[in-house]
Amino acid sequence: MIYKGKQKIWSDYQKEIPSDHWFYVRSCIRQSFFPASEVHFVKIMREVLGKDLYETPHHTTCGGIAYHSDTIPQETAMTIVARQFALMKEAGYKNLVTSCITSFGNYVEIIETWREFPELETRIREHLWKACKREFDVPEYVAHASDLVYKFRNEIAEKAQYRLVDKDTGEPLHIVEHIGCHYSKMFPHKGVGGAEYPCVLSGMAEAWGGNVIDYPERRHCCGFGFRQYLVKANRGYSVSNTHKKFESMEPYHPDAIITNCPGCPYFLDRWQYVISEMNGKTYGQDGHGIPVLTYEELAGLVLGYDPWDLGLQIHQVGLEPLLDKMGIPYDPKKKYLGLNEKDIMKPGLPRHLKCC
Amino acid sequence: MGKLYDELSKDYRFKEGMHTCINCGTCTAICPAAEFYKYDPRKIVDTVQRKDDREIGALLKSETIWYCGECMSCVTRCPRKNGAGLVVMALRNLSVKLGYFTCSEKGRQLYPLTKALNGNILNLGYCVHPQTFAYEDHPESGPVFEWVLEHKEEVYARLGANFGKEGPGALRKIPQEDLDELKAIYDETGGTERLELVEKHSLAKAEEMGMTPEEYLKYTFNHCSPGHFNSEQ
Repeated sequence: MIYKGKQKIWSDYQKEIPSDHWFYVRSCIRQSFFPASEVHFVKIMREVLGKDLYETPHHTTCGGIAYHSDTIPQETAMTIVARQFALMKEAGYKNLVTSCITSFGNYVEIIETWREFPELETRIREHLWKACKREFDVPEYVAHASDLVYKFRNEIAEKAQYRLVDKDTGEPLHIVEHIGCHYSKMFPHKGVGGAEYPCVLSGMAEAWGGNVIDYPERRHCCGFGFRQYLVKANRGYSVSNTHKKFESMEPYHPDAIITNCPGCPYFLDRWQYVISEMNGKTYGQDGHGIPVLTYEELAGLVLGYDPWDLGLQIHQVGLEPLLDKMGIPYDPKKKYLGLNEKDIMKPGLPRHLKCC
Repeated sequence: MGKLYDELSKDYRFKEGMHTCINCGTCTAICPAAEFYKYDPRKIVDTVQRKDDREIGALLKSETIWYCGECMSCVTRCPRKNGAGLVVMALRNLSVKLGYFTCSEKGRQLYPLTKALNGNILNLGYCVHPQTFAYEDHPESGPVFEWVLEHKEEVYARLGANFGKEGPGALRKIPQEDLDELKAIYDETGGTERLELVEKHSLAKAEEMGMTPEEYLKYTFNHCSPGHFNSEQ
């Protein structure tokens, strides 16, 4: 009976994701902290899967972080987004895919608010025309980039060179998935699997051979909290929430954490460093941390891209323990080289956290 | 019905997030902010739905409305489809409009937030950008990011970004004509007016606290007084 109930809930939260022709908008945070993830998302969509993914250099931030830090009025945020929609219309696209989870939540919230209050959409159309002389159509479909990787997870699995399997034991690796809050907590029907049973990342991990861990604080926020991280005085909130998650997942010995929000991997990675500096505690094996990846990085590893091309060297927690388990070769001497193998020195080392 | 409640009722986030609260406390149970801060979203929504201007006015001047992280976990679980996080957004908006945000330490943080985020948007076209992400303000970003920031152009080029250059790609330079459009949007939609309002009230508060604008900016970004957390008396 319970099983049938869950099946029904699951069926309510399936998404029919269009298979091609996407207008791509980037993420401020992912570009800054995981630029190679966006580079490889574009590469995988275009070169591996043969999809049409269009980007205009004229698109900008969606303003979502400023909006959720309460620094701009709602109509300002809405009009910035309306301008993105206008650029999409001008380029001849109807499906929008966004790299950022805050943006995804922002786009969805705006469209749903306009649906309920059409007079507001009319006002935003007037604002956009007065400010930019542009007109927009509401997208027929808004997806997060992780939705697309989820949709094509089996095609990626067919082309996989490496799997989420321990090369020595043949056992599936233990994977923690962390979904960004604004993916589906506000509008559960917009996320694959909804807010309670999101499947967008667990579906990828399982398709690529991993075993997804369930743990008590699985749905707890990473601790970003916008102003709670951006203002230095508030970062106790941010690290405390991440600490709560790590204490909860630790007994399950995760081999890796995968994320779909660009902020979450930053916090789950960097706060491990900070916790180790504060009290000497590390959560991985033998003084290492738990490797944290974006879904693009994980897809890239599975497909056989070089770990340093994927940007794994700019994580604070070393990814080498995961690479070793998966049997992925890497050259430690090339980890911190610049363009054309230029020597640009190396980062300093943390006091406690082993970074290989 | 009070005037402040009437003002809140005009906010679309309030229309979406404020229905009849049954005081079950599910929002507080799920809330990451309530876990650590002296914060109770149930009490906030209950206070607002009493429509008492005196109580709402006290909320607008309080620390408590600034504790929420806007993760919206409360929206998922509320059995009556309220959104405490949305109500908080409306309260913060009204607190800024009335200049009450400078009455609380957490509210005063709006000054560094507003300057940093909107400076990035209007000058660069990004909310966050390595060009303005200073390591001394972000020691938690670790030695690896200190290294990235010292070698920005090399590292971002190595990773395939189009850092600071024209054309598409990660961290591309946003053309000036697009930045001009963002400025026009701010002017048209009240964004510029909001920035000026925050500046005006913040500078008045800085003077009252005997600080220069630069000292006030640093102080509000860095200072955390005791008493905000559940673990403190």
